[in-house]
Amino acid sequence: MEKMRFSLYRYNPDKDAKPYMQDIEVEVDATDVKLLDALVKLKAVDDTLSFRRSCREGICGSDAMNINGKNGLACVTDLRSLKQPITLRPLPGLPVIRDLIVDMTQFFKQYHSIKPYVVNDTPAPERERLQSPEDRKELDGLYECILCACCSTSCPSFWWNPDKFVGPAGLLAAYRFIADTRDTITSERLDNLEDPYRLFRCHTIMNCVDVCPKGLNPTKAIGKIKDLMVRRAV
Amino acid sequence: MSVPVRRFDAVIVGGGGAGLRAALQLSEAGLKTAVLSKVFPTRSHTVAAQGGISASLGNVQEDRWDWHMYDTVKGSDWLGDQDAIEFMCRKAPEAVIELEHFGMPFDRLENGKIYQRPFGGHMANFGKTPVQRACAVADRTGHAMLHTLYQRNVRANTQFFVEWMALDLIRDADGDVVGVTALEMETGEISVLHAKAVLFATGGAGRIFSASTNAFINTGDGLGMTIRAGIPLEDMEFWQFHPTGVAGAGVLITEGVRGEGGILLNCNGERFMERYAPNAKDLASRDVVSRAMAVEIYEGRGCGKNKDHVLLKLDHLGPEIINQRLPGIREIAIKFAGVDPIKEPIPVVPTCHYQMGGIPTNYKGEVVAPKGDNPEDRVNGFYAAGECACASVHGANRLGTNSLLDLVVFGKSAGESMIEFIRNERPAHKPLPENAADYSLSRIARLENQTNGEEVADVRTAMQQVVQRHAGVFRTQEVLEEGVKQIKAVAERVKRTQIKDKSQVWNTARIEALEMDNLIEVALATLISAEARKESRGAHARDDFPDRNDETWMKHTLYSREDFKLSYKPVHNQPLTVDYIAPQKRVY
Ligand SMILES: Cc1cc2nc3c(=O)[nH]c(=O)nc-3n(C[C@H](O)[C@H](O)[C@H](O)COP(=O)(O)OP(=O)(O)OC[C@H]3O[C@@H](n4cnc5c(N)ncnc54)[C@H](O)[C@@H]3O)c2cc1C
Ligand code: SF4
Ligand code: SF4
Ligand code: FES
Repeated sequence: MEKMRFSLYRYNPDKDAKPYMQDIEVEVDATDVKLLDALVKLKAVDDTLSFRRSCREGICGSDAMNINGKNGLACVTDLRSLKQPITLRPLPGLPVIRDLIVDMTQFFKQYHSIKPYVVNDTPAPERERLQSPEDRKELDGLYECILCACCSTSCPSFWWNPDKFVGPAGLLAAYRFIADTRDTITSERLDNLEDPYRLFRCHTIMNCVDVCPKGLNPTKAIGKIKDLMVRRAV
Repeated sequence: MSVPVRRFDAVIVGGGGAGLRAALQLSEAGLKTAVLSKVFPTRSHTVAAQGGISASLGNVQEDRWDWHMYDTVKGSDWLGDQDAIEFMCRKAPEAVIELEHFGMPFDRLENGKIYQRPFGGHMANFGKTPVQRACAVADRTGHAMLHTLYQRNVRANTQFFVEWMALDLIRDADGDVVGVTALEMETGEISVLHAKAVLFATGGAGRIFSASTNAFINTGDGLGMTIRAGIPLEDMEFWQFHPTGVAGAGVLITEGVRGEGGILLNCNGERFMERYAPNAKDLASRDVVSRAMAVEIYEGRGCGKNKDHVLLKLDHLGPEIINQRLPGIREIAIKFAGVDPIKEPIPVVPTCHYQMGGIPTNYKGEVVAPKGDNPEDRVNGFYAAGECACASVHGANRLGTNSLLDLVVFGKSAGESMIEFIRNERPAHKPLPENAADYSLSRIARLENQTNGEEVADVRTAMQQVVQRHAGVFRTQEVLEEGVKQIKAVAERVKRTQIKDKSQVWNTARIEALEMDNLIEVALATLISAEARKESRGAHARDDFPDRNDETWMKHTLYSREDFKLSYKPVHNQPLTVDYIAPQKRVY
C-alpha cells in the first residue's frame, strides 16, 4: 500500500458554477500499475468522479485525457512514471461535459467529413479484390488509429478552428483511404481537402505525433496529401 | 410518470461487430433503424479481437466448409446445434469476402489474396492435419473489422444513439417484444424506444470474473434485460478460459502467437503440450490447453517466484515475423508484462474470455423460448446476435476465430429476419403496454432512495471473487454448491446497492449500479447451471465427473430467474443439408 497524490479537474454542471481542481490522495497497491487502475480506486472512494473507460488495454480509445500536461490514455500510462501530484484534466479544446468527459461531437464530425470508407464503384468480383503485400503495406501506420483524439486536441490549429480544420486524426484517416489501392476516388478526396482551412491549417507543429498513443504519424500523412496536391497541380 | 417515446422500425442494442453488421442490413433496406451503444461504436470490445476470422477460403492450402463445420462441432464437444453450425461455416467465405469488399485491410499473400494463419482446432480432412483458415489483419483483426463496419454504416447513414444505455426490454400482454427503455448518459433522461423489432447485440459478460480478457463495459446487459423479462438463458455454465492472458493483467495474447509458432513452457523449460495433445500440441482446442496449463501449475511446474503461471515463448520466430504479424502483441507484452517478446517469454495464465451461452436463438437470429410443449417458440419481435446470443454454434467450447465469424454471419441473418418480419408480419407498430417505462423507473427510483445500502464496488468485488473461485477451470460438486450459496447471498446485497452521486449529467455511478443488476443475473445463471451439470464437456470440466455423458447430458440448459429454475432442451442434431456428425471422443 502506498498513497498517491492527485490534482483532478472537477466540474459537474448539475451543481458547480465553474470548474475547480480537487486535491485528493488515494491508496494504491502493487497490482495498480497503470493510471487507470488508480482512477478506478479513486472512483471507489468518490463515486462522483466521472471519466470514460472500456478496454483497459489501449485499443478502444475511451480514456484519453490530459495527464500532467500531456494528452494520453490512462490505461497504458505507467502510474509510477508520473510526477505527483498527478494532474488530470479533460482533453483540451473540446467542450467539457463533466469532469474528465469532453464532448467529442466536433472531432467525429471532422472524421465523418472525409468520407471514411472505401469507395470502389467497379462491380465487386466474386472473390476478394486482390492487393499486393506491398500495396497493403501502404496502409500500415494509418489504419490502426483508435479515434482517441489525443492528437487533434493537442493541435493548436484544431483548437482555433475545430469546425474548419479537419485535424490530424481526420487527415490521417483521409490519407488511409487515399493510400488504399482499392479506393477509386482519390481526386474527389483531394478536392474535398483543397481548402485554406481543411488541410492547409496544419503548420507542421508535430504535437500530434508526439502524443499519439499508437505511435502513428499524422504529420507524415498530411505531408503526403500535400505532396499529392502539389503533384496534381503541376 | 410519462417519458418521451421515440419510434423506429428497428432498434438495435449494441454497436459491436454483431450490432453493426445487422444495422447495415437494415439501413441499406431503407428501414428506420436506431443503434444504441453504451460507448462510441468503435470502442465496443470487438475492437480488441486479435487473431482472426475463420473462413474456408483455401488461400494457403485446400480447405472446405464441411471441414470447418466438423472442427466446430468437435470443438463444441457435441453441444453445438448442427443446423446453425452448418449455416455459419457455409456462409463464412462469402461473409469474409464481403468484409474485404467493405474495405477491411486484410493482410495479403504474395498473390494478392487474403492472408490466412493457423489457429487452434483448425484442421483439414475432418480433423486430420492443420490448415490455415484464420483470415487476419496482423494481430488487430477485430479493430480492423469493427472500424470497417462502422465506416460502412457511416456510408449507409445509420442513426446512432451513442452513450445510451438500454435498461429493460418491453414486452406486451402477448409476450411480444415492442421496444426497450433507455438512459441517455449525457442528460440522465429515460426514454422509451418503440420498435417493430428489437435486436440485442450487447456482447459478453466476462466481467463476472475477477480475471478476464473482457472490457469494463462487458457486463451482460442484454442477458440481464432478457432474463428480467422472463426469457430463460441457455448454457450459461460454459465459459471459455483463454490459455494466454497476461499473468496479473488479464490482457489477452492471441492464439495467433501459437499459430505463428509460439510455444508454451513450464518451469523445467519443457514444452508440456506435447504430453497432453501429441498431435495438435500447443494448438489444441482452448479448453484442452487451459486445463493442461492449470494442471502444470497445480502440480508445481509453474514459473516465477509463486510458480503461478507458465511461459509463452516466441523469440525464436525472429523480430521480423513478430514485428510484421504480431506487432500489437509485442506492444501489449511490453506495456502489460514488462517483457519484450523478441527477447523474453511472456508470463501467461488461463483467463476468462468468452461466454458460449446466452440468449437462446435459432440460426435466423430469432429469440426462442419454451412455451407449452415447444421448447423453442419464437418470441415475436425479438432477435439476438453475437456473443450475447446462443445460436448455438459454439456449444461447450468455442473455436478461436469463430466469434468474429458468428458476429457477421448472424448479425446479417438476424437483420434479414427482422426485415422480413417488419415487412410481412408487423408492418405497423404493436401498441406499447401502458406505463411501459415503469419498471425501469422503479429501478432508478430504488437506487435514488436507497439508504444504508451497499457500495457498488464492494458487491462487484464480492461477486467476482465468488465466480472466480467457484466457477473456474476446475469444478467439483462441493465447490459449485458453495458457490451457489455464496452468489445468492451476494445477490441479496445487490438488491440494496446505493450511490452517492445523484446528479443527472453523466452519472457513471448510476450506470455502474445498473450494470451490476445485470452482472449478478449472469453470475447466478452461471453457477446454478454449472452446479446441475454432472459431466465434463468442453469448457465445463468437473473433477468429480471427468467424462462426457452423452446419454444424459447431450442437451442445452435453460435457466430462468423465477425460483432459479432449470430446464433442458435437445441439441439440434440435424444439419441443414449434410449428414449428422456423430459424437466421438475428443482428442487433439
Ligand atoms: C481480447 C479479445 C480477443 C478476441 N479475439 C478474437 C479473435 O481473434 N477472433 C474471434 O473470432 N473472436 C475473438 N474474440 C471474441 C470476440 O471478439 C467477441 O466475442 C466479439 O467481438 C463480441 O462482439 P459483439 O458484437 O457480440 O459484442 P461487443 O463488440 O462487445 O459489443 C457490444 C455492444 O453492445 C453495447 N451495449 C452493451 N450493453 C448495452 C446497453 N445496456 N445499452 C446499450 N448498448 C449496450 C456496447 O456498447 C457495445 O457496442 C476476442 C475477445 C477478446 C475479449
Ligand atoms: S503537425 Fe499539423 S496536425 Fe499535427 S499538431 Fe501540428 S498543426 Fe496540428
Ligand atoms: S492518430 Fe493517434 S492520437 Fe490521433 S486519434 Fe488516432 S490513435 Fe489517437
Ligand atoms: S480504456 Fe480503452 S484505450 Fe484506455
